[in-house]
Order: sequence, then C-alpha cells, then structure tokens
Amino acid sequence: MIKRLLLGMFVLLSSMTNVANAALELVITDGIDSARPIAVVPFKWEGAAALPTDISAVIASDLQRSGKFSPVPTNKMPQTPFNESEVNFDSWTNLGVDALLTGSITQNEQGNYVVNYQLVDIVRGQLTGGQGKALGSDGELVLSKDHVLFNKVATVEASRMREYAHRISDLVYEQLTGDRGAFMTRIAYVVVSDTERFPYQLRVSDYDGFNERLVLRSKQPLMSPSWSPDGQKLAYVSFQNGQSEIYIMNIYTGEREKITSYPRHNGAPKFSPDGSKLALVLSKTGSLQVYTFDLRSRQLTQITRGRSNNTEPFWHPDGKSLVFTSDRGGKPQIYQVDLGSGDTNRLTWQGSQNLSGQITPDGRFLVMVNRSDSGFNLAKQDLETGALQVLTKTLLDESPSIAPNGGMVVYSSMYNKKNVLSMVSIDGRFKARLPATNGRVRAPAWSPFL
Amino acid sequence: MQLNKVLKGLLIALPVLAMTACSSSDDAASSTGDATNQSGAVETTVVSPIDQAGQLTEQELKEQALRETQTIYFAFDNSTIAGDYEEMLAAHAAYLSKNPSLRVTIEGHADERGTPEYNIALGERRAQAVANYLQALGVQADQISIVSYGEEKPLLLGQSDDVYAKNRRAVLVY
Repeated sequence: MIKRLLLGMFVLLSSMTNVANAALELVITDGIDSARPIAVVPFKWEGAAALPTDISAVIASDLQRSGKFSPVPTNKMPQTPFNESEVNFDSWTNLGVDALLTGSITQNEQGNYVVNYQLVDIVRGQLTGGQGKALGSDGELVLSKDHVLFNKVATVEASRMREYAHRISDLVYEQLTGDRGAFMTRIAYVVVSDTERFPYQLRVSDYDGFNERLVLRSKQPLMSPSWSPDGQKLAYVSFQNGQSEIYIMNIYTGEREKITSYPRHNGAPKFSPDGSKLALVLSKTGSLQVYTFDLRSRQLTQITRGRSNNTEPFWHPDGKSLVFTSDRGGKPQIYQVDLGSGDTNRLTWQGSQNLSGQITPDGRFLVMVNRSDSGFNLAKQDLETGALQVLTKTLLDESPSIAPNGGMVVYSSMYNKKNVLSMVSIDGRFKARLPATNGRVRAPAWSPFL
Repeated sequence: MQLNKVLKGLLIALPVLAMTACSSSDDAASSTGDATNQSGAVETTVVSPIDQAGQLTEQELKEQALRETQTIYFAFDNSTIAGDYEEMLAAHAAYLSKNPSLRVTIEGHADERGTPEYNIALGERRAQAVANYLQALGVQADQISIVSYGEEKPLLLGQSDDVYAKNRRAVLVY
C-alpha cells in the first residue's frame, strides 16, 4: 500500500506538473525612473511560424526587473538595426541610450534555433564612428570595432529558448554592471489555497514566476523551504504527521529524507554554504534553540542555550558564524555567534524588534525584518558602519531571501488582504510585486546560481 | 427491524470506509511512515451518536458542557491565561485526571504579525502555558503534547484587531 502511495508521489514529482494559469506576473511598483536606459532591439526572425519564445522580450523584462535598466519601448525606437553595422549611434544617444543589444534568429535543418546576438557600446561607437582601431600584433593599426562589447552565436533547442534568453540577460548584465546576473535562478515558495484538498503546496518557479511547478502538497502546513547550495534539494518543515518535522527533498527525483522529528518544534532549516550541514531549530529543551546538524555524521550540536527563544539561523557566507534572532534581551533582536569560539554579539539596536536576519553574499549588509512605528518592514544594516536603511513600506513584510548575486531581495507581504511575494532591490529603489496566484503565497526562498 | 439495523450500520460504516480510504490514498504528503491523526479523527467524528446523557450526573453534565469549549484566546504578545478560562480548564483537567490513558494535544497559534519562525515561539509559549495549567491541576505530563503552528493556521483571515484576537489561541485536541 505504502509502496503504491510512494509511487504516486514519484509520478507527481517527476512529471513536475505545471500549475495551470498560475504564473506569477510581476508588477513594478517603484523605481523605473532611476534605471539606466538600454535598447533591446527585437531580434530578427523571418520564419513562417512564431518563435517558441520571444527571446528579446524576455531579455528586456529581465533587465527591467533587475531594477538597474530601463529598456526603451519598441514603439519608441528610432530604428531596428539587426547588426552593429546598421546602428545609427546619434539617434540612440539622443534618447540617452548607451548600450544596445540586437540579434537575429534562424532555424537550422535539425529544427533548432541559431541565435546571433551583439551588445553594442553606443557611446564608444559614436566616438569612433564604429571604426575603432587598435594596435595589431605586428604594430599596425587594425580595425578593432571595440564598440562591440560582445558578438556571440548559439544553437538552442526550442524547449530551452526561454532559459537561453535568461543566459543572454546574464551576459548583458555582467558586461554592463560588473556583477553576475541572477536571471537563471529559481524561487521556492509555499502557496496556501484554503479551498483545495491539499491546501499547503510547495512550488518552484523561475525567478520571474514562469515555469511554476508543484513539488509537494499536504493537508498540513509546510514551512521554511531552503535551498541546498547545489540547487538540487530543498530542506523544509512539514506538519504532516501531527507535529513539525524537518525533511530534505531532491526536487528532481522526488526523494525525501526525514532529518529530525524531536518532540515539540523542529524548524528553520538552512544549509551551510558548503552543503555539509544544516542549521536548524529545536524546542525539545523547552524553548527554541539553534543547532547545527552534520549531514554526514548525523551529529547534532547545540549552538544556543538558555530559557529565551533563539531561532531563524542564517549562515554567514564564510560558513564560520551564524546570525539568529533571540529574545534574550526581552524583544527579538539579531545576534551573531562564532561557531568556533561560541562568542555571541548583538548586531541590531535600532527598532523595537529585528528578526529574520540574512547576510548579503559579499558579507557587507544584514537584511532583516525591522519593527518600527510604521510596522514590520525590510531594512538593511551596514555591518561595518551600523547605518540602517528601511527598504520597504509594504504591509507586514516577512521572510526575506536575497538573490545569489546580492542585487535583489524577495519577501512576503500583504496586498489586498492576501500574502503575496514582493521584490526590492538591495539599494531600495526598485520595487515590484508578484500578484498572488490562487492562494496566499508565503516563505519565498531564492535559489543559488543554477 | 433486523434489516433496518443492518442498513443503519452500513450507513455509518460506508462513509467511514470511504473517508478513511480517501484520507490515506490521496494524501500524497502524509502517506509515508507513521500513522497520521487524520483517520482516527474521522472515525471518532462518525462513531459517536450514542446519547449517554441519561447516565450522567448533573456535575458531569456541566463538565461535559465546559469541555465542549476547547479554545483559549490570548492578548497580544502574551501567553497569560485569563481568569475566564478557569472553569473550562478545570473541567478538562478533571476529565484527563479521571482518564489517565487519555492523551491531549495542545496546539498553540499566533496572529500573523512578526515572522513565521518567531511566531512559532509565541505559539509554543501559549500551548506551554495551558499545559502548565493542566499539570498544576493534576494532569500527568505524559498525557499532554504540544504543537505550535505559529501563524500557519489562522482561524480567520484579515488584518483587523478582531481577527488577530481570534487567531491568538491555544486549542485542546483530544
């Protein structure tokens, strides 16, 4: 019997059913003005049938959603050059555009798509008239066309067109900002749909809400999904057996493993940066305490002690310390514990409460839920200077999760009386909302680079 | 008459079968490992139509009525049990003491303000407060277990003070 049920489970998982009409459509609510204008010319395509994915449209939305770029609307473009040699530099600089992406797509005999694309530095092109020269190896001046930042070609299967569009976005983003793009990433989150037989659903979608998949559903709450550093597994908390338990699940095979099932609470799992351990929270001693669990030796090590509650562990990117929330001082505030020495310091002092601390990948900032007179909002604290910046002004903000390149934070907030996912850029300028699907959307977790 | 009884029995048994079948075969996530509470809960709901009221004393009737209340509400960020619940909890404690083989789970809940993980702590404190109260009245510790759902299972949805007050609760589940 159990075997049959397990098999059913596998079928559900391996088919990774797309949830119909449930794509999260992102609505930008703030911060387009401050972004840098860029031209993403619709790629040339002369095939009879429509392209499986409108590559240039996906790239334009990616760049816009990064908060750093403002793509020129197609109907405002002065021209549509399909090659760098066709670019009229003056007409673009007049619009304030300093970079232009263009390309063309053809179909080969195997039915795959051949994508040619070029990123053009408009300012450099205007300066050299597109005829930039450089010293060749033999000491002669040769045509370098150094306004062409890159010129690439790729052969892509129809089913992977959208993925490849994100890849191009990554290349453009990195070329123009110096930082790695996070467009080929995913978000895991819990959807609560009270009217369904299995109201609690763990879903995974591309970072932009496309390709949403149901990976697990339950009649009892699911909490705290957290990615393994290789992007293959999710740790999460399930109440399916009448109490909280921590599981790790491989999202590609559907294989699940129960990690802890101690009396009382088992929660808040977080993989260490090297993937060898889980930080987690147990309350078997009477209050919530932080532990680490070695996934190989199965050894549990208690990190925090006492009568107060200690929860929401988050690994410093160097793996040597944890930040966590504790009410040892009365109200919840964020502390940091060195795993080698056990030394513990309080990090947050501004605001009546600070919770859910997350450290940016560069180790510079603490992003957290800050409670002030205006309610619960996300804030960012400079770990060196202590300067605090409130990032959001939405309602009841919680569960922040930082993109692996540190550029954006996804979180849960209240909109139209429902939990929805929202995003804010790390500088606080760009804000967007992913409207709710058919339920309340909670506990987002941004994947590592995939 | 005889046939009637059989039919009645079937009427009770069939839905039980159907419901237990559903709850186990389709519940993908709760299908593995340990038995769940669900099938048990379904059976007790269906197989309890016998009216024993005639055999109970007045005191027992009063306690039974009190036990029908199973929810204790709390003030904001607080796990103190208000005086209003004295009689009701005393009735539960008396019942549990009289039936030492009986087990009760105390579910603790919080309103949605604050983070999900920290609200687990608030839910635990509330459940613990009720557990301590029952133990002080003589209930054995091993009869009681605690589950905190934090803000994950709100009774009502919404952002008003009234809604929040209804969600800050502990529930006794037998």
